[in-house]
Amino acid sequence: MNNLILVAPILWPLATAIIVTIFWFRRSVQSALNFVGATGLLFIGIMLVRMVWLDGIQSVQIGSWPAPYGITLVADMFSAIMVLMAGLTAFVMAIYSVASIDKRRKQFGYYSLVNTLFMGVCGAFITGDIFNMYVWFEVMLISSFVLLTLGGETRQIEGTFKYVTINLISSAFFLAGVGFIYGMTGTLNMADIAVKLSLYENQGLITVVAMLFLIAFGIKAAVFPLFFWLPASYHTPPIAITAIFAGLLSKVGVYSLIRVFTLFFIGNIGFTHTLLMIIAGFTMVVGVLGAAAQYEMRRLLSLHIISQIGYMIMGLAIFTPLALAGAILHIAHNMIVKTNLFLVSGVISKLRGSYNLKILGGISNAYPLLGTLFMIPALSLAGMPPLSGFWSKLLLIKAGFEAQQYAIIAVSLVVSLLTLYSMTKIWNYAFWKDAAPCKTAKPGEPEKNLFSFPNVYLLVPMILLTLVSITIGFFPEPFFLAVNRAAEDLMNPQNYINVVLGGSL
Amino acid sequence: MEVLLAFVIGGLFAGAIYMILRRCVVKLIIGLALLSHASNLLIFTIGRLLRGKAPIIEEGARQINETVADPLPQALILTAIVISFGLTAFVIVLIEQVYQVVGVDDVDKLKVTDSSN
Repeated sequence: MNNLILVAPILWPLATAIIVTIFWFRRSVQSALNFVGATGLLFIGIMLVRMVWLDGIQSVQIGSWPAPYGITLVADMFSAIMVLMAGLTAFVMAIYSVASIDKRRKQFGYYSLVNTLFMGVCGAFITGDIFNMYVWFEVMLISSFVLLTLGGETRQIEGTFKYVTINLISSAFFLAGVGFIYGMTGTLNMADIAVKLSLYENQGLITVVAMLFLIAFGIKAAVFPLFFWLPASYHTPPIAITAIFAGLLSKVGVYSLIRVFTLFFIGNIGFTHTLLMIIAGFTMVVGVLGAAAQYEMRRLLSLHIISQIGYMIMGLAIFTPLALAGAILHIAHNMIVKTNLFLVSGVISKLRGSYNLKILGGISNAYPLLGTLFMIPALSLAGMPPLSGFWSKLLLIKAGFEAQQYAIIAVSLVVSLLTLYSMTKIWNYAFWKDAAPCKTAKPGEPEKNLFSFPNVYLLVPMILLTLVSITIGFFPEPFFLAVNRAAEDLMNPQNYINVVLGGSL
Repeated sequence: MEVLLAFVIGGLFAGAIYMILRRCVVKLIIGLALLSHASNLLIFTIGRLLRGKAPIIEEGARQINETVADPLPQALILTAIVISFGLTAFVIVLIEQVYQVVGVDDVDKLKVTDSSN
C-alpha cells in the first residue's frame, strides 16, 4: 500500500483544477497556479518512470479491496512514459497558454478544464480496470467538449458538434464491449480479464468483442475509416487547445488500442493484427494525402496527426518487441513534435494574422529563429536523421524487415517522403516565399517583435520541445532502453498479471 | 426473458442507428440517447437475469449460500446512466447553440468547418 504515488497523476491535476477554480476572477493567479500544477505533473511523471525503471511494474489496490474486486491502478513502463509525456505537454502548454489564450477564455475556466482534461488522460493511462478506463475516457471527453466550444465561435460550435456526436457513438461501443467482456469473464480487472479470456472456450466471440473495442478506440485514435471527425474539429479552437488535443488526446486512443491488443485480445493474432496492419497502411496514406491537399496550416497539420497514428498502429500490428518499442518511441516523439509544430503555427498566426499558406510569406527573413524552430520538428516529423523521428521509424522499419512485412515498410517509407513533401510545402509557402502583398497587416506597419514581453511565453515552450527532440535524436540510448523495457512488459503480459493479481495474495 | 430483452436491445440499436443517420439535429440527439440506453440494457442483460434473489447476506450468516443476482452490472449501468445524462444535457445545450450560430438544424448544411478557411 505504499505505492500511493500511482494515485498522484490523477489527484494532482484534480487538486490543481479545484484550486484554480477557487481563484475564478483572478486570471494571473490562475496562470501561476496552473504552471505550478503542470510542473508538479511533469515531476510526478519523472518519478513514476524512475520508480518503474528501478522496481518494475507497480500496482495499488484502491481502498485495499483485493485485486479482481476493487479498482486497481497499474503503472508499467508504457503507462509511466505516457504519464511523463502528459506531464511534459502540460508543462509546455502552461507556459504557452499565458500569452496564447485570450482573456475571455481564461475567464471562463480554461485552466480548470485543462486540468480536468489531464486528470482524465492520466487516469486512462494508469488504470488497470476496464470500466474505470471508460469513466476516465468520459472525464477526458467532457472536458474536451467544453474546451472545444470555449469561446463560442461559429466554427468551434460546429466542429464540436461533429466531435461530440462521433465520440458519443464511440463511447457506446466501448460500453457495449465492456458489457460483453463482463458477461464472458465476470470481471473488470484487466489482468484478470487477460487470464480468464485465455481460458475462454469460444475464441470466436472474443474476436467479435475485440472488433467492438477496435471501433471504439479506433474512433478516438482517428484510424483510417473512422477519422473524419478529426479534420472537421481539431482546427477550430485556439491553437493552444488544438496543440493539447493533437499531442495528447488522439494518443490516448492509441494507448488503449495497444493496451487491449497486447494484454487480452491476443488469441487470434492472425485475424486481428492483420486487420490492424491494413488499417495502419490506409491510415498513413490517407492522412498524408489529405494533408498534401491543404493550404490551411492547422488543417494540414491535423491531417498529419492521422498519418502519424498509422505508424503507431503499424508497430502494434507487427507485434514484436522491437515493433512495439518503435511504436512507443513514435508516440513519445510525435507528442513532442506535433505539439511543437502547432505551437509554431500559432505564433505565425499571431504575428501575421493568418494560417493560410497562400497569404503568408517571408517569415524566415523576418524571424530566422522561428524558421529554425519550425524546421527542426518538421524534419523530425518526416524522419530525418539525426532527429527523434528517425529513430522511431528506424525501429519500426527494422522490426518490419524482421517480421517480413514488406508491404507495410514500403507504404511507411513512401508516406515519410510525402510527409517531407508537405513540410517543405509549409516551408516554401510560409517561410521562403516573398511576403505576399500584405492582406493581413496594414502597409508600412513594422514587423511585430518576437522577443517582446508576452511573446516570450510563446517562444520558451517551442525552444524546450525542440531541445527535447534534438536530445532524443543525439542521445537515443536511454530512450531506447526505456521503450524496450516497456515493449517487453507489453509482450509478456504475465508480468503485468502477476503484479496485479499477485499483490492480493 | 433474455430472448425478449435481446430483441429489445437489437431494436434499440437499430432505432438508434436509424435516428443518428437522419439529417435533423434533434433526431440525431434522440438517436444518441437510444444508443446509450441500448448499451446499458445490454450490460444489464449480459450480467444474467435472476428474479427475486437479492444479493443480501442473511443476518448471522458469514456468506451467501444460494445463487443471487450479480449487483455489479447494475452499479456499472448506474455510472453509465449518470455519465450519459450529463453528456446528453451538454449536447442539448450544444445543439441550441448550433441552431443559434449556424441557423440550420440540417446536418447536411453544417459545412463551415469543411470549407477552406
